[in-house]
Amino acid sequence: MVNHLEVPILETQNLTRYFDIGKKQVVHAVDGVSISVGEKEIMGLVGESGSGKSTLGKTILGLHNKTSGSVSFRGQALPQKYQSKDFQKWSKKMQMIFQDPYSSLNPRMTVGEIVGEGLRLHSESDAVKVKERVADWLSKVGLQADHMSRYPHEFSGGQRQRIGIARALILEPEFIVCDEPISALDVSVQAQVINLLGELKETMGLTMLFIAHDLSMVRYVSDRMAVMYLGSLMEVGKANEVYFDPKHPYTEVLIGSNPEPDPKVERNRPSTAIQGEIPSPVNVAPGCRFASRCPKVMEVCLQTTPELLPLKDIDRSVACHLYL
Amino acid sequence: MRGQKKSRIGSKLLEVRNLEVEFDTYGGIVKAVRGVDFSVDSGKTLAIVGESGCGKSVTVQSMMGLIPMPPGRITSGSALLRGQEVLGDTIIEGKEIRGAEIGMIFQDPMTSLNPTMTIGNQIAEPLQIHRGYSYRQAFNEAINLLDMSKIPEAAKRAKQYPFEFSGGMLQRAMIAMAISCKPSILVADEPTTALDVTIQAQILDLMRDLQSQTGMAIILITHDLGVVARMADEVAVMYAGKIIEHGTVEDVFYRSAHPYTLGLRAAMPTNDPANQHQLNPIEGSPPDLFSPPPGCGYCARCPWAMSICHKSHPEDYYLNSGHYSRCWLHHNDSKIKPNQLSFSEEVRG
Repeated sequence: MVNHLEVPILETQNLTRYFDIGKKQVVHAVDGVSISVGEKEIMGLVGESGSGKSTLGKTILGLHNKTSGSVSFRGQALPQKYQSKDFQKWSKKMQMIFQDPYSSLNPRMTVGEIVGEGLRLHSESDAVKVKERVADWLSKVGLQADHMSRYPHEFSGGQRQRIGIARALILEPEFIVCDEPISALDVSVQAQVINLLGELKETMGLTMLFIAHDLSMVRYVSDRMAVMYLGSLMEVGKANEVYFDPKHPYTEVLIGSNPEPDPKVERNRPSTAIQGEIPSPVNVAPGCRFASRCPKVMEVCLQTTPELLPLKDIDRSVACHLYL
Repeated sequence: MRGQKKSRIGSKLLEVRNLEVEFDTYGGIVKAVRGVDFSVDSGKTLAIVGESGCGKSVTVQSMMGLIPMPPGRITSGSALLRGQEVLGDTIIEGKEIRGAEIGMIFQDPMTSLNPTMTIGNQIAEPLQIHRGYSYRQAFNEAINLLDMSKIPEAAKRAKQYPFEFSGGMLQRAMIAMAISCKPSILVADEPTTALDVTIQAQILDLMRDLQSQTGMAIILITHDLGVVARMADEVAVMYAGKIIEHGTVEDVFYRSAHPYTLGLRAAMPTNDPANQHQLNPIEGSPPDLFSPPPGCGYCARCPWAMSICHKSHPEDYYLNSGHYSRCWLHHNDSKIKPNQLSFSEEVRG
């Protein structure tokens, strides 16, 4: 079997995060997710908006409390509810890069203060040394040391995302969650940021959970890919294999709706649009979550929820009654 | 290789010539659009592609009279709709073309609808203004339009407010509103950028169905080459306020002639299983339009830039009757020919 299953750097067991919104209404944002990410692996996480991708990422890092289930980092269980000392301890190991480079940087802080804040809070109190490290990191992410005294509004979207990356990586974490790091950027700049993350992954030995909704980009970036729908994982496997040979009907639909930059392919593509939209995650009914939109729905799908189980011949887990 | 510009005045539904738009800002004058020409035929889709800040939205907004003036200014150019000027003067024979002859949908359906009006009333409004319908007639027509846009339970939905709609449904409602007066052109400014791929596929299918039913032209603004491949008949690639390559979708995708178009395509993930982990980004960022470069706007990022590229603008080099590229590499004296350009071999190694 593959090595990553033996030594996962990060593992979740039945991780659940519900939000109580009053009147006995509960949002099932993340519902029983078990996932493991191996050492130096990039795990791609895809799904429509509202499928709980970002909530999963934030719950793993302790930015949301866990409703139930557990997360462990190198075999060590992480606290159910983070106190400030837990953040102090774990944020050196695990960090996050946020989606929107415009709202995730404090407009009143200089770039030097933003990038150096983690250092000042965690390890380094000597201002000169902080400055040196910040300058070093700014050049590592393709900015210049003299950008330190500027404010975020003076930078373009791609440059801000680089600042966000420097802020996340300056403490040299082992695991980072990238929450749609490129979706706010232009195509030509997306590739710059992706390649930067790739280089840093190589030099620092990073492990990543890469959240995105751009499937072709996730295939490019990731080693393995997990497909999420309405709070649960539908399919997990090697990125290339999942993309080119999807097993779960939802993965098929998702990949089938992704337009390719090739007019001949697109001309010949039948109208694959799936009807309907992702249902509300409030008080989810029993049965498979995708049953209401699934083109291959069966009787059993409406009654029992399929578990995420490994397939026989290939390295793939699918939650679908078709494969039980 | 150097062809002549074909004269096709009068034959097109919409013909935009030498459009220039600038804005006064505290930092100086931004030359957002610097001489744009294009035309659209009925029943066809023109895609305008480019990165943020290249002037693609400003181009169509100036046609629609949506540029705030001041600070904006249309300094030159014309846009002829069936031979009649629409720039600056949106009243033709007493009826406003905006909303009636040209319908528009926007990127973010959440913020482009009025949150205090029901969806039905918002769709009915242009019918009352442009077509003189009574409120009742207009509201009933709004229900029909919602139905045409494939919104289930249209009669009930027409009485609801925008917050009760999902993003995809709001974009359908926007489309219903844009086509309410049977426009001859639908301008779609990044219509699916805020939506999921599954919903994007639905909206694109809907736009194509409506186009084949009504024969309207679509001007689609997007930065997603996948959407372009799916929808467009013709493609105009914009960079730094100019169109740098224009042609049929096959010309632009399979016979890309401008280094920027090649760069964009190389920066996109392809569907080749062997190809993973390494993308070819375009280094650098677009030029500052406060003081646009005297030469080609792309030369600072172009791996093949020559000394002339920094000095003067390349003209249009026609590769076939409808396909042109603005790049000095097409000049007879250039040593490299664009058809020899390849990212995998020559430049990125």
